[in-house]
Order: sequence, then C-alpha cells, then structure tokens
Amino acid sequence: MPHELLSPLPGTFYRRPAPDKPLYKNEGDEVAVGDVIGLIEVMKSFNEVKAEVAGKIVKFLADNEEPVMAGQALVEIA
Amino acid sequence: MAIKVLKPGLATTVQDLGRPGYYNIGIPLSGGMDRLATRAANMLVGNDEGAAVLEAVFMGPELEFTADATVAVTGADLPPKLDGAARETWTSFSVKKGQVLSFEFLKKGARAYIAVSGGIDVPVVLGSRSTYALGALGGFKGRKLEAGDELPVGHGKGAKDGRSVPANLRRAPGNPAELRMVPGLYWHRITEEAGKHFFADTWKVAPEADRIGYRFKGGRPLDFVPRQQPFGAGSDPSNIVDACYPYGSIQVPGGTEPIVLHRDAVSGGGYFMVGTVISADMDLIGQLQPHTQARFVGVDLDTALKARHEREGVIEKIRAALS
Repeated sequence: MPHELLSPLPGTFYRRPAPDKPLYKNEGDEVAVGDVIGLIEVMKSFNEVKAEVAGKIVKFLADNEEPVMAGQALVEIA
Repeated sequence: MAIKVLKPGLATTVQDLGRPGYYNIGIPLSGGMDRLATRAANMLVGNDEGAAVLEAVFMGPELEFTADATVAVTGADLPPKLDGAARETWTSFSVKKGQVLSFEFLKKGARAYIAVSGGIDVPVVLGSRSTYALGALGGFKGRKLEAGDELPVGHGKGAKDGRSVPANLRRAPGNPAELRMVPGLYWHRITEEAGKHFFADTWKVAPEADRIGYRFKGGRPLDFVPRQQPFGAGSDPSNIVDACYPYGSIQVPGGTEPIVLHRDAVSGGGYFMVGTVISADMDLIGQLQPHTQARFVGVDLDTALKARHEREGVIEKIRAALS
C-alpha cells in the first residue's frame, strides 16, 4: 500500500523552492524522512511539506502551482 | 494553570472581541475575525463572551493542559482530538490535567476558536488581550504562538460537558460566498459598466489573504471615470487624497484586485474604496479558504442595519440555548 503525503494546509502547491530553481523531487526519486517535497503558499508564507516516510516517489498527485485543500494528497510514496 | 504549546499551528494567536477606540491613531481593532464563533466558544465553556481565546487558522495547534479545564472549539470545521480521541466542534468537553489537545486536517472554513474555561490570561493592552502581530502588541508577547510557549489561563467556573450550539445557529459561508456591501463615497470613480461587472463577476480568495486584508482575484479590472488627479492624490486613477479606511472597506489598488480590510488593517491611505462590507458579513470572510469563490452583493444602509440586528438576534438565541 503506497503512502500518500497529505497537504497540511490549504493554499498553492509549489514543487520548486523558487521559479528559477530545479524541482525538489522528481517521480522515481528516493526520499528520506524529512526531505522537502514542495511548498504550500498561504497568508504570504511558504511552508515546507516534508516526507513522513522513506521510499520512492511513485507519482505526484498535485501539479506545480495547483490550488490544494488541507488533507489533499500531494504525492504517492512507496 | 497553563497551557503548554507543543506545536503552534500555522499562525495561532490570542484574540478576544478586540480593541476598539484607537483606530484613529492607527491601532486596529484586532480580535477574532469570526466574532460569533469567538463569543459562542466562550459561552460554551462558561466564560464571559469577551474572554480571550485562541484563533487557529487553517491548521490546529497541539496543546498540553497543566490542569483540568472545559474546552470548546467553534468556527471552522477543524475536528479536535483529546489524547487522540475525537471530540465534537461547537460542543463543550472536559480536559484533564496532562491531556493533549490536537486537531485533524481542516475540513471546512478557515479559522477555529479554542476557548478554555477561565480564558487565556495574557496582560490587557489598551483594553484588550487581542494580538496585533504586525504591531507586536497584545496577545502572547505580541506575536503568534511558538512551540515551547506557556500560556497563562485564568480561573473559570467551567461548564458541563456536551453543551452544544444548535446547528441552525452556526453559520458558514456559501459557495460562492455572498458578501453584502454598501457602495461608498468613491463609487463615482468607476464607470457604470465597471460597477455592473464588479457585482456580476465571481471572485476568488487570493492565497495571501490574512487578518489584515482579504484579497480577491479573477474578476474583470475596473475602469475609472477619467479625471485630473487632485492635489495630494497619487497618479494612478485608483489613488485618492489620503482618507480613512473603515473596517470592512474594499479598496481596489490599480482597479484589479479588491482587498477587504479586516481586523488588523491599516486605518488610512490613498486608495479609493468601492464600498464597505456590512458588519453582519465580516464573520464570513474570516472563514474563507484561499481559492474559494465569493461574490459582492450591493445593498443599502437600511438592509445593512437590519442584517446587523438579525445577527444580534442569533447571538441572543445562542445565549438562550446555552443558559
């Protein structure tokens, strides 16, 4: 059963630290607990979303700059 | 008695019913953005309606209690858990010394109000315990909560478990949210056509919306009636000679994105305002998540006063239901 990392906040999801920077993670990348996989922008602050389990990123379930709700699945890790 | 902050949430602040009387010298009202929820939370735990509570936005904190207390969570649907076991929102429950209050993901709304019997007993500053974070004033050290903080709590008589605000007396914004507003002194600055589509368009809450102001995007830009800018006004057609900004006023810098000023707003400046959201609907704004839809509905002052009276009636019914 793959693990789904959920957004802790409503806001805008970003997959890179800045528009001119590379993506934090790509599909197929290995992640460790605590690795940053993206940002949620809300109320003028950017909040890092960190992996809660180690594994491999199977699939991103939210796109870069996509509006997300709290509790929405962002990425699948197996 | 105290509450230990294990995790602070995103921007959890101490708020009461606010700090009116100093807006003329630039100190905003502050206080809970959803005033009905603030009052109801206090009523549920046996406090005065104006006691200080915690306002948690989008995400709940994790709090450990150092003594027994009665707690209630109102406003947004941010489901509370006590030592991991689910508790109801809008309903009082007892907490034992050493227990930890935490929260599920936000389901609906934006801001939850956490009342504790006795109230959060931070010092009163200019008549209020509310936090004005931008001015580092009031609340807990003038700022949002941080892990490791210990919040003083006053002595309260508490209340029974399971007291609940009837569902029909709770209020949440629709989708799209309808925000009633009274067109203002500067309405004449925009064209008739712009005035029509301001009301016709559906707007979306911008992610940067906060306690200072709620910004909306996605409607058509407003066209201005041409004029030679008066002395003292900036060169943009959305500029005016500096004026007072009322709580609830809707400024539209550059004519593109309306901003409704809320509890921590600045008190004046040089942007024209299309109007003012009526007091009865300001609570709804505090419950809007980013990217949710809203529309502005024009009303006259009589309608606004009647709506205010109706809201007071609802609060009176909650008092009666819980007495």
